Amino acid sequence: MHVNNGTDPHAIGTKLPAPEARYDVVVVGAGPAGLAAALAGAGEGKSVLLVDENPIPGAAMGNDVPLLFGGRMTTATQNAERMLETVFMSEPMLEAAMEAGVEVLLGTSAWGVYRNGPGVTGLPESVVALADKDRGWIVGYNQLILATGARDLAIGFPGWNQPGVMGAAALERLLAHYEAFAGKRVLIVGSHDLALNAALLAREKGVEVAGLVEVRSAPQGDAALADAVRAAQIPFYLEDAPAEAIGGIDGVERVRLLSGAVIDVDTVVLAIGLVPSIELIDAMGGKRVLDGARGGYIPGENAGVTCVGDCAGLADTGFDHVEYRMEWARELGKLSAPDTIVCQCEEVTRADLLGVQPPRYLERPAPMQARSLNTLIQDGPPNPDQIKRLTRAGMGVCQGRRCRDQVAMMLAMAADGPFGSVPLATHRAPVRPLPLRILADWEESEDMRAGWDVWFGIPTQWVPYRDIDTPREREHQEAIAEGWSL
Amino acid sequence: MTYVGMPTPSETPQETMAKIAGTAAKMKVVIVGGGVSGLSAGWWLARSGASVTVLDKGIVGWEASGRNGGGASHYQSPLFEEEQRMWPHMDALLGYPTEHQQERLVIAVTPKQLNQYHYLAKMNNDMGYRVDLLTGDQVRAMVPLAGDNCLGGMHYRFGGHANPQRSVQAYAWALQDLGGRIYQHSPVTGFETEGGKVVAVHATSGRHECDAVVVAAGPQIQALMAKLGVEVPLAAARAEMIVTEPAPMMPIGGVDGNGLYGRQTLRGNLAYGGGPHEWLETFEAGPPARPSSPLTRNLARRVAELFPKAAHLNVIRSWAGIVENTPDGRPIIDRMKAPENVTVITMSGVGFGLSPASGHAVRDLVVDGQCSFTDLAKLSLSRFDGIGADWREQRGWQPQKADLAA
Repeated sequence: MHVNNGTDPHAIGTKLPAPEARYDVVVVGAGPAGLAAALAGAGEGKSVLLVDENPIPGAAMGNDVPLLFGGRMTTATQNAERMLETVFMSEPMLEAAMEAGVEVLLGTSAWGVYRNGPGVTGLPESVVALADKDRGWIVGYNQLILATGARDLAIGFPGWNQPGVMGAAALERLLAHYEAFAGKRVLIVGSHDLALNAALLAREKGVEVAGLVEVRSAPQGDAALADAVRAAQIPFYLEDAPAEAIGGIDGVERVRLLSGAVIDVDTVVLAIGLVPSIELIDAMGGKRVLDGARGGYIPGENAGVTCVGDCAGLADTGFDHVEYRMEWARELGKLSAPDTIVCQCEEVTRADLLGVQPPRYLERPAPMQARSLNTLIQDGPPNPDQIKRLTRAGMGVCQGRRCRDQVAMMLAMAADGPFGSVPLATHRAPVRPLPLRILADWEESEDMRAGWDVWFGIPTQWVPYRDIDTPREREHQEAIAEGWSL
Repeated sequence: MTYVGMPTPSETPQETMAKIAGTAAKMKVVIVGGGVSGLSAGWWLARSGASVTVLDKGIVGWEASGRNGGGASHYQSPLFEEEQRMWPHMDALLGYPTEHQQERLVIAVTPKQLNQYHYLAKMNNDMGYRVDLLTGDQVRAMVPLAGDNCLGGMHYRFGGHANPQRSVQAYAWALQDLGGRIYQHSPVTGFETEGGKVVAVHATSGRHECDAVVVAAGPQIQALMAKLGVEVPLAAARAEMIVTEPAPMMPIGGVDGNGLYGRQTLRGNLAYGGGPHEWLETFEAGPPARPSSPLTRNLARRVAELFPKAAHLNVIRSWAGIVENTPDGRPIIDRMKAPENVTVITMSGVGFGLSPASGHAVRDLVVDGQCSFTDLAKLSLSRFDGIGADWREQRGWQPQKADLAA
């Protein structure tokens, strides 16, 4: 007997919609690498869409998405029109791209890439999912170029979870693109090129730089840059580290260093490292590989997707970024207390992370308190996604941006392995937090609506046990099935 | 602790535990599959004194057991009353938090939904399980995130929900605390039989001797049981969920409807799933991937319709799980005739909430040969005898295209 004539009306079938538009080339990210790729495509006569999430909506910036803004943006960032203008003015190549025929969408994030592959074959074609301040939609592509850049690496220390602790990429964004940095006097943590450039940029923009703190015994970056910093009378605090950021209601007011020095600043700029933005690649199930010289996890070979610029890996200067940041993580870890926060969104402390303890709103009976990362390790290599589910570290609205990398470092240290021995927690779409009403497909097909069921659409599944094989079974099945297409 | 809407149990869970203690002493049981059904069975057996070993191809609760909506209100199941009896005591019995919460609301935003929910309410009330009908205004009073579009709903005075990931780990840890062993990353490679029984299970972790075996490996049951010459018809499909940032806590977090299942977590997040599934091929080593799809957008829409006052909340994750179904969507909980010491359990996509009861049933089958608290005859494997090799095609349940991992 054929059930439903051999078709399942509740299966995905062809219900997933075709893209709204198709392009020969879709480029995500309008930094120098993305712009160059878009212009190259247009130069070959291809249809090109270039999207960039800047300007970032004020609410997202408040959640440190996508960079560690640390609450140090001015209220100017709340003015969407002004922000759009500022972004446009700060990148002259945008105009050139538009003139070359590239379709440019600013304030538009790419939150997912979907393609058929292992575990999914129901997509009509490969698509990029987009969203702006008004709506979400999907577009098709022949070639996808990711130029999503790199984001701030955060490593916690006592007091880092207050306004005024930010990242170097966020500082650069606020100073050079948005003209909306609210700090006056900064202390920079790190001394590699990222930190040296941050110091020089801050100074150029009229921000006072109180110094650079370096855990190692000498400045790490390019010698000429370090000389320029010295020439600007900016001191280096070597073999030192921030022991505590002390502040008030508006956040950081001063920093106490390991050496005992106390420095009055309103902002601490974490410039220990940048992490290539592999969120889209990782969320689409693409390959990632670890390369310390190129900033950590970078995209592997992924058919049909090209990564350019920093998201493909930082420029290899022979400097091992991973070794450097692990050294920082060890030092800041030593300076931290058990109750130092690791995950700000979910308020997970170091002790709770390493003890794999549940959040504070749950009871911790004696057997629970007796558990720790060590007891989990006895069952096999620690998995960051498993630990995330138990502790909630990385489960918050910043989507783990502030803690994913430091959790991976802490777990590796706790498991006595090198970085990478414990993998990074996976990224999931949407790779930007987006409101339900924006993500929603308000124009879904009749096919999707009519075929919707709460579960598998198997009427026999919900017949009460006592009624199975009785005349009432048919009645229930019909009544339950009738309710489908909700 | 009892529910308003349920018959009063004749025995407390603590009394049951006292009764079973020592009944399986010296018995060695190997559980294949560290999902929620296997772990609960292992825990019940360990409470009975058995020496329990759980073998899992990966991490405990990594598949559907840890990726579902967490519902625990399955009036259709013969295990239902046991499910309801056990859940309120599970935190105390396991020693670890499960986040179990009581009661559920199902709310409608279309007349068709309201009609169906009313039918389900009557079906429950006919069985003696109390479900109250609610008007739109009553729903709005109980569900702060509901909107003007809500037409009414129903209030299960029983049932509830729990945190799947936390609960699965709770079973695993509680099992270990009772002396049970869990081998993760240890797929089963074969069975050693002798005299009509399985005497050892071979896995990458080694050879595990046993007096009894429980096969609770989800979609992989089919390939595992085939090694024993037993055909178990199963088809696997992908199902998807999304979760938002935390919303203000609602008095009852177990609210769903509008074609969705899910809950508000104790942290406040809204976690919901539903909608079309995709039938997939099954691989002996487990799913090669668990990708979500743009269905995320359709889920987001329905959550926004269900909770208009939460439409501004950010979605922060989506995920998918691979779920197996039997041809009629009902569980198979059955001890085999040959090899006679093998018990199979698949809950056919509805296993998490029923786990406190399904483990008890499996414990009974393994130790006593029959279930002590309910009839399971209609969940036997033999109902599929002679089903035919094309049963998936007959239902339209075959993969729509060859899986690219094949």
